[in-house]
Amino acid sequence: MDESLINILNSVVANATPLVIAGIGETITERAGVTNLSLDGSLALAAMIGFVAALTTGSVALGLIAAMIAGAVVALIVALAGIELRQDQVAVGFVLTLLTADLAQFLGQDYTRIPGPTLPYVPIPVLKDIPVVGEIFFNHEPLVYFSYFLIFVTWYVLFHTRTGLSLRAIGERPAAAFARGTNVNRQRYLYTLIGGALVGLAGAAYSLAVKPGWSTPPVMRGDGWIALAIVIFGGWHPFRVVLGAYLFAGLRSLSSAIQRSPDIQIPLVLLNGLPWLLMIITLVLVSSGAIERLLQIMPRPLQKAMRGVLRSDPPAALGTRFDEG
Amino acid sequence: MKIELRHIHKRFGTVHANNDISMTVDAGKIVAVLGENGAGKSTLMKILSGYQPADSGEIVLDAQLASYHTPQGAIAAGIGMLQQDPLDIPAFTVLENFVYGQKTGFLYSPRKWRERLKSISARLGFELDPDQPIANLSIGQRQQLEIVRLLSMGVRTLILDEPTTGISAEQKLILFEALRELARNDGMSVLLVSHKLEDVIALCDSVVVLRGGRLVGTLQLPATMDQLVRLMFGQELAPPAHECLVNPKTAIALDNVTLRGKRVTVQNFSMKIRACEVIGLAGLEESGQELILRACVGLVKPTHGHIALGETNLTGKSYREFLAAGVAFGAAGRLEEGLIAGLTLTEHIALATENQSLVDWTRAKMLTDQKLKQYNVRGRPESMIEQLSGGNQQRLLMALMPEQPVLMALEQPTRGLDVDSSHWIWQQLLERRERGTAILFSSPDLDELVTYSDRIFVAYAGHIVEISDARQTNIDELGRLIGGHFEKASGS
Repeated sequence: MDESLINILNSVVANATPLVIAGIGETITERAGVTNLSLDGSLALAAMIGFVAALTTGSVALGLIAAMIAGAVVALIVALAGIELRQDQVAVGFVLTLLTADLAQFLGQDYTRIPGPTLPYVPIPVLKDIPVVGEIFFNHEPLVYFSYFLIFVTWYVLFHTRTGLSLRAIGERPAAAFARGTNVNRQRYLYTLIGGALVGLAGAAYSLAVKPGWSTPPVMRGDGWIALAIVIFGGWHPFRVVLGAYLFAGLRSLSSAIQRSPDIQIPLVLLNGLPWLLMIITLVLVSSGAIERLLQIMPRPLQKAMRGVLRSDPPAALGTRFDEG
Repeated sequence: MKIELRHIHKRFGTVHANNDISMTVDAGKIVAVLGENGAGKSTLMKILSGYQPADSGEIVLDAQLASYHTPQGAIAAGIGMLQQDPLDIPAFTVLENFVYGQKTGFLYSPRKWRERLKSISARLGFELDPDQPIANLSIGQRQQLEIVRLLSMGVRTLILDEPTTGISAEQKLILFEALRELARNDGMSVLLVSHKLEDVIALCDSVVVLRGGRLVGTLQLPATMDQLVRLMFGQELAPPAHECLVNPKTAIALDNVTLRGKRVTVQNFSMKIRACEVIGLAGLEESGQELILRACVGLVKPTHGHIALGETNLTGKSYREFLAAGVAFGAAGRLEEGLIAGLTLTEHIALATENQSLVDWTRAKMLTDQKLKQYNVRGRPESMIEQLSGGNQQRLLMALMPEQPVLMALEQPTRGLDVDSSHWIWQQLLERRERGTAILFSSPDLDELVTYSDRIFVAYAGHIVEISDARQTNIDELGRLIGGHFEKASGS
């Protein structure tokens, strides 16, 4: 395979990693029935805090932890407002998006455009020597490998464990979950915090790896919305969420490759909008029932297998409140 | 398992929903809990199954004082409840639903649980495919799954809330057979909440009756329907007078009309309804009776023929003009077509009575209070309509209709109501009939048709047969007319 193509694919995987981690985090939160809409702001805030923490302590690990705490704190506000104070989660999420984005710019203004610590490259022995695949997937910094691990663990826990049953149940029909002995609201807190911590980690993945450093406006501006869209595109299924993240990162690097090439003349603005446009088209396709029609024309045995993968109904109790008794 | 309830009290605000209820259910017995809407049945069952705590009182299970305050705790103590709308998770498969809530480790063995699901369902004659999503199951199958799940969790008392609503006749037989088998061989005690007295007579060993939050009687079965009704309401419901006032005036006349529906067409149909007459419309769904009823209120326009209300020609006129001419209409879908979810009772009354562009809320409120009292609606003027029970919604619908229309056309006026509410609705209708209103109603309930109608029109695939004297007919003949046509059609 062409050397430059492999390099491009390698960078697609690296660039998609924050989207993967944030998307999986949001998937977990929404599967439990809570919408954390604040991603676009909380990614920036966590990125800034992660970078500053790593810079001042000199420890990348502390930077990651600080970013996760920042994401979890924002998620805690969503959970408190939505579950405890019975406020509308969408409204709270919007406000938090704006608040955290501005907070990140304000608190981080003394730290812009400073070189700081980054995550080290850790090629995985043996695996990295697999032709093509090794170079694309196993020559990265540790967060990329963590994202692989996260994808499979999330999928396995969701669909093969008791924990996954109650996680999905509280997002689908909390009254039934309660009747079976699940503490709905406590678990919703837990999964909102876990999801928020992952969003925080995704923020750090920008500032400590993919786009090192901190700047205003932040480089990941808009990616939070993309992560939210990817969760919908992915039908709240980890594998499809990952697919969406890679697809989007791929489209982005394609558009920047076209920009650099002297042979193709396309207005820059149009080019920059291209990934977003394609994202909208995919979303429309996914939610328009096209999938259902596609399933209809498949052979029967395939239909059954594909239905689980392609189904894209949101968790039935998403964004709703639950009162016991 | 033997259950004893001792002096159970439960209050909601000023309402004493359960007032000093004590009762015993022996192991292996199937007991019906009867009572009209609001008698306290649901409250008592929720207390027993852990969904609500009692204010005071004791629950004793097999001579052991029980204390639990969650559904899960009740199940652990051996009591499981099957809700009217089975409390399962639609996005899950049958197997996932079965496993979720049972004692498993972090991981569970799908093979082991699949076997367990299959063996319990096989014993009870249930057919459940472990890999089907719940969304593909009928209510009957979802009930079966809940029963299997509760049994697997070691439940020794089953509470069933209106289990025969919304399931097929065949599923009902399977369900009853399974319950008998469990009672006989496992010593399972069963509590059945139902307003279908024929189900109670067919299945139960005894009944307890609640009225106004108190336990007012028990009865060993077998007993007759009359005995049950007397116990429930304190008196036998007087069968309505079958005497139609002699009055030659025509209320509405359909003359040679042709009505086109989605599935059926009624051709060249003529019908005259006199004042003070009650006309029943029978037929399977989409047989044409719906078209006739809706043509009488202007919601279906005849492609051919004439409609006249009294002296007024209404052919081709709009629903509004039919209403203005003196027609009242009650749709089968109460919340879909008759009432407006999201509006309060007062707003409903104001909509029906206020004609100026500015609403006089003081007057509307007074009128609402008066109507609620007059029509015995249990609800506050500021409650949303969807918070009312079906019976109370139907009462409010009656309150919204004009006091003395020329014709009342009602689709399934007692759909989903208990015996008492149905009786009340019919008293109201017959009162209006005495004052000269003609009543046209459709119903899937043959008993209701025979009891209240003066004449019955039976529809089958757009063909209409008239039974000119409903007093001379009975349920069997009516059933044959609906089904007889059906046989003829399927034979040809």
